[in-house]
Amino acid sequence: MANLNSYLIISAILFSIGTVGVLTRKNAIVIFMCIELMLNAVNLTFVALSRHLGNLDGQVFVFFIMTVAAAEAAVGLALMISFYNNKESIDVDDVHLMKW
Amino acid sequence: MFDNVWLIPILPLIGFLINGLLGKKIKNETVIGGIAAGAVLGSFVVSCMTILKLLSLPSTERVAEVKIFSWITSGTFNADVAFLIDPLSCIMIMIVSGVGFLIHLYSIGYMHGEEGFYRYFAYLNLFTFSMFLLVLGNNLLLMFVGWEGVGLCSYLLIGYYFHKKSAGDAGKKAFVMNRVGDFGFLLGLFTLFWYMGSTHNIWTIRFTEMAASSHLLPTGGIVTVITLCFFLGATGKSAQIPLYTWLPDAMEGPTPVSALIHAATMVTAGVYMIARMNYLFIRSPETLTVIAVIGACTALFAATIGTAQNDIKRVLAYSTVSQLGYMFLAMGVGAFGAGIFHLMTHAFFKACLFLGSGAVIHSMHGALHHAHSHDDAQDMRNMGGLKSKMPLTFATFLLATIAIAGIPGFSGFFSKDEILWQAFSNPHHGNLNLLLWGMGAVAAGLTAFYMFRLVFMTFFGECRITPKAKDHLHESPMVIVFPLIVLAGLSVVGGYIGIPKVIGEVVGGIPNYFEHYLSPVFKYSEEYMAEHASAHAGVHNVALEWGLMGTSVLIALIGITIAYTLYVANTGIPARFTAAFPALHRAVYNKWYIDELYDFIIVNPCKAFGQFLWKGFDVVIVDGAVNGVANTVMAFSGLFRLMQTGLLSNYAWSMAFGVVVMLSYFILK
Repeated sequence: MANLNSYLIISAILFSIGTVGVLTRKNAIVIFMCIELMLNAVNLTFVALSRHLGNLDGQVFVFFIMTVAAAEAAVGLALMISFYNNKESIDVDDVHLMKW
Repeated sequence: MFDNVWLIPILPLIGFLINGLLGKKIKNETVIGGIAAGAVLGSFVVSCMTILKLLSLPSTERVAEVKIFSWITSGTFNADVAFLIDPLSCIMIMIVSGVGFLIHLYSIGYMHGEEGFYRYFAYLNLFTFSMFLLVLGNNLLLMFVGWEGVGLCSYLLIGYYFHKKSAGDAGKKAFVMNRVGDFGFLLGLFTLFWYMGSTHNIWTIRFTEMAASSHLLPTGGIVTVITLCFFLGATGKSAQIPLYTWLPDAMEGPTPVSALIHAATMVTAGVYMIARMNYLFIRSPETLTVIAVIGACTALFAATIGTAQNDIKRVLAYSTVSQLGYMFLAMGVGAFGAGIFHLMTHAFFKACLFLGSGAVIHSMHGALHHAHSHDDAQDMRNMGGLKSKMPLTFATFLLATIAIAGIPGFSGFFSKDEILWQAFSNPHHGNLNLLLWGMGAVAAGLTAFYMFRLVFMTFFGECRITPKAKDHLHESPMVIVFPLIVLAGLSVVGGYIGIPKVIGEVVGGIPNYFEHYLSPVFKYSEEYMAEHASAHAGVHNVALEWGLMGTSVLIALIGITIAYTLYVANTGIPARFTAAFPALHRAVYNKWYIDELYDFIIVNPCKAFGQFLWKGFDVVIVDGAVNGVANTVMAFSGLFRLMQTGLLSNYAWSMAFGVVVMLSYFILK
């Protein structure tokens, strides 16, 4: 069995890739995927530590995160479709209606 | 004992509420007028019951207080809504309700067909209610509520024809001048309360308690300050120099209002207030001198103006100011009873004169209207010869005129001569007495002159309006004439309850009932005077009193003779006189330019100061501060708004940066 550190390193790499993606990309769907990547990086950490500590609490959290991520995906994609209908674009830089 | 006395003020208040709230819906003039007059009639009946009960008591026990409810209680301060029943307040409620009822009745006829009929009667009832509060209140604060209430009603009724600018202005003038006086009243109240409380630990504003502890007050000093403040209040309400100019302007109101408020009742409130607190005023010789001199000056000064006015109501207005001056002269010489006596007789004959002039104006107005003439219905130069057209009005008017002129046998003679004799013989003013008497006597002559001038110009000679209009002149309806007859009757017989002692002794030992009746009210003043009798000595000389009486009657007769000569026998003289002394005539005709003087000294500087406060202070400083705050906030928000780019990546970056900073802090700590 691979040791805990390699799991944590992989999850840190995945989280960083996700973060950089969120910060640099303009396409809303890509940003969305990057957020999913960040969430799942965290999931991986939870599972790895759960196994390492012999405590099931971490795995319970993972289920919650997946549920929330699924709900978020539904709401987020719906928003994107309605945004695309209005603006013919899913570039986040076009979403600045809140600016005065 | 006096359980039902609360009905006296409450009935007019109910009348006010009904007419004020529902009058517009009722519409029927008989119902509205009936409610208003009925309410005051009810008050009159209860007043009669009250005074009869009071008279059934022995004279030493004629004082009672009826508490309705507790009004203000705060620490040592206590003010109830409670009514003081004593000879003075009883005589006042009799005048207010009696004369008030007659004037309400008269108004039903006079105001017939006026727009806002209900409004008029609502105000009139509110006035009656306030006046009852003023005269019945057992403490200074309740009196002040009534005092302000009558001022408000006066303002509302002077401005009754509010679409006329002059009426609105007159109302404002009356209100503002009264406020100046009220300021003095309040200062007096506060000072008295503070002084009695802080030096003698008697925290009271109740008249009975103040009277009972009045022996603790010093002579002069602080009492002079207090009484002068109160007297300033009295000059405002009772139209004395220097605050008298509002009263002639108040004639813009309907004539019955002039009769009730600006002749018979409200304007006498100042006299009543001084009589009510006689034990204070008697303790300040300086204030008494001020009151006597101002009273005498006002009596004389207003009488001179009255001689040259052509508007029938203005003559009567100046006459009222002049007669009020007599009352203050009486107060100032310590003859409180005589002052109240003149207040009563004046209420009778002046109400009769005003109502009579109202009947004349009403008739003139109708006639001129029929003839499509635009002549002034109030100008005596347009009248003349009304004697045959309006015989009843003429008869009552003549009786009241004889009464005011001071012809023996009529009410005005008894009260005015009592005042003049007291002015001459009182122990307060030393050498000034002769001057006070002289001014009063000359004013009496002028009174006789201008009143008979008015009668001659109005009722005698040839009618000076067009023949077409002349045919429409007619006697007024019964509802108008009846009050005139009652008031004329009272003007004749009203004086006999207070026959001066010298006359009473001659005709068979008739005492001066009125003075005797009022004496319990003034007992503290009399005690004070008895203590200080050695220092002051009045004049007691029966022969002299007869002589002075004869002199003042003679002066009055001379006045009447001059009026007859100038306005009946030889009507060319007045025109030649004005031609010979144009400057004098112009000055008198224009009221000695007092209004212009006040405008110059007070009104215009106040206006300029107001302009400065508006344009300088308000616009620049107040508005500047408010706008400055708003502008500052706007500038800062303009700056911070730049942070809100609306770009998602900016927010994401700042979030990530924040997380990094926080993590670094916790890790590196």
